[in-house]
Amino acid sequence: MHIVICIKQVPDSAQIRVHPVTNTIMRQGVPTIINPYDLFALEEALRLRDTHDGEVTVLTMGPPMAEDALRKALGYGADRAVLLTDRYFAGSDTLATSFALSQAIAKVGETFGTPDLVFTGKQTIDGDTAQVGPGIAKRLGLLQLTYVAKIASIDLAAREIKVERRSEGGTQMLKSRLPCLITMLEGTNEIRRGSIQDALCAARSQVLKWSAADAGIEDLTKCGLRGSPTVVKRVFAPPARAEKAAKIDTAEMALRDVADELITAIFTRQPALEHELAFNGGA
Amino acid sequence: MSTANRETPRPAAGRAGIKKELPAHFKDYRHVWVFIELERGQVHPVSFELLGEGRKLADKLQVQLAGVVLGPPGEAIGNAVAEAFAYGADLVYIVEAPLLADYRNEPFTKAMTDLVDAHKPEILLLGATTLGRDLAGSVATTLQTGLTADCTELDVDTDGSLAATRPTFGGSLLCTIYTLNFRPQMATVRPRVMPMPQRADKPVGRVIRHKLSVAEDEIVTKILGFLPDSQSAKANLAYADVVVAGGLGLGAAENLQLVKNLARAIGAEHGCSRPLVQKGWMPADRQIGQTGKTIRPKLYIAAGISGAVQHRVGVEGADLIVAINTDPNAPIFDFAHLGIVTDAIRFLPALTEAFTRRLSPHSRDKLAS
Repeated sequence: MHIVICIKQVPDSAQIRVHPVTNTIMRQGVPTIINPYDLFALEEALRLRDTHDGEVTVLTMGPPMAEDALRKALGYGADRAVLLTDRYFAGSDTLATSFALSQAIAKVGETFGTPDLVFTGKQTIDGDTAQVGPGIAKRLGLLQLTYVAKIASIDLAAREIKVERRSEGGTQMLKSRLPCLITMLEGTNEIRRGSIQDALCAARSQVLKWSAADAGIEDLTKCGLRGSPTVVKRVFAPPARAEKAAKIDTAEMALRDVADELITAIFTRQPALEHELAFNGGA
Repeated sequence: MSTANRETPRPAAGRAGIKKELPAHFKDYRHVWVFIELERGQVHPVSFELLGEGRKLADKLQVQLAGVVLGPPGEAIGNAVAEAFAYGADLVYIVEAPLLADYRNEPFTKAMTDLVDAHKPEILLLGATTLGRDLAGSVATTLQTGLTADCTELDVDTDGSLAATRPTFGGSLLCTIYTLNFRPQMATVRPRVMPMPQRADKPVGRVIRHKLSVAEDEIVTKILGFLPDSQSAKANLAYADVVVAGGLGLGAAENLQLVKNLARAIGAEHGCSRPLVQKGWMPADRQIGQTGKTIRPKLYIAAGISGAVQHRVGVEGADLIVAINTDPNAPIFDFAHLGIVTDAIRFLPALTEAFTRRLSPHSRDKLAS
């Protein structure tokens, strides 16, 4: 079976800092990682390949430096990596991104065999939209299974897949057909430690670098900023509240007294709370 | 309509440069729609929160607010329609079909895109639930229009475009996004981000019914079963009246017990900031912030949380925010109401004890006498 998994290289959000004066992102020195949600999809893809035999192709769209993320994915054991990189893709929103990726997946299919499954993570940690997966599915005419917690079974001969899908208030058990697109829920598995063999392979193997033309994209008006219906008009830091927090001085006081003063301040501002808390808690 | 400014193209600041005029075939797209999320007989409360926002947008645009209800025949769909009117809709579109009983992407996408093509709304709002996000992504791609996820503020610009504000860069900053030349302008909003509007009993108004143009045998994905979450698995964080949460300032996973102890003493739900979930210190359903739960409690106590924008947008609806942090310059003091500059690890036990003393029946009797 052939599985394509789309990943994204993202800045490690825990280390993003905003410049206090200019309110711009300080990108320098922020390390990049594979979007953590994508690792659950990658591991699932690798497990399916190990069980059913086949190949895993990792695909990303991004600047040339996104090759690092693909090399990491090869190190985990992916068989092939494709970097979709071209200045025409700059400024893509989710609709333009899903266009470019779906074209590249079609090209991967032509070149290396039609994929049975396409995976993405649930969402990215920098954009947090969860829109690119459904976008790719719709463009490729694939069935869409989002928030999948478990792949219960795959019958390659019958082209049938059964999954457990997280939905509001419970889990749906679904039966669908291959090929389909799956967005994998977090916490469903744990990414393996790549073997030494995979690490050596990753170092040696070539990451395929595709331009828009290489991916067979003819309509460049659907790419990048031009192909993006949404426009970011303004980026800003939220204004501070008119009055900052009233701070209770702790310098000369015992913590016990500070705590009493805080509770008094809370109940002065929200008098109804005293009765409610006593009713909920203390009893 | 006399408001000429809706037709006047205005220059848009930022990277898109000059705003082009809306293409002619989009000019008859009007009115604001809210998707009423009906699943297993219940309307998700986020739909009512969206009706509240939709009402404001529709009033500003001087257009109508419509609810969209997709579901199986039965009592539930009638209730959903009545509730949509009670929460402010002027009219309701209904697609009623047995195969809309449980959510599946294919028939719901078909029903929604057919409705949009037939009735042409300028704005379409959906809840950012698992259902809403699954549906919104498919609908926007099918319609080839813009979709802004997880908005924290919705407004109408002077030229009538939807200004959708959401956190960006992993929640470090906010950005305002427009869908300038495509319709409908789509946006999702997470539960509890917008306040619950006042409900008022109203007669059921204009209802427009549509047929579903797809049959069960054309739908590939079949539902084999549904397993509801156990009661204990449902952390009622989003709707709790009092919440206590811990952040990286707690230093170690075991110190989360201090947060739980305080929560228990005052009958609160407990939660945490995003880094703690990433470290595996707490399960993801306890995460408070943009990508976790948005809360609107009467009292929120944040212990050792610095207050990044992605956290702030998830708690700003709280009536009273108390912040405990060692760093007097932590951003959380910019939006908290009460602040204690001290080490949460030392202060939490003192606070728990003080609350217990204050709230114990004995001391209440003394207060009363």
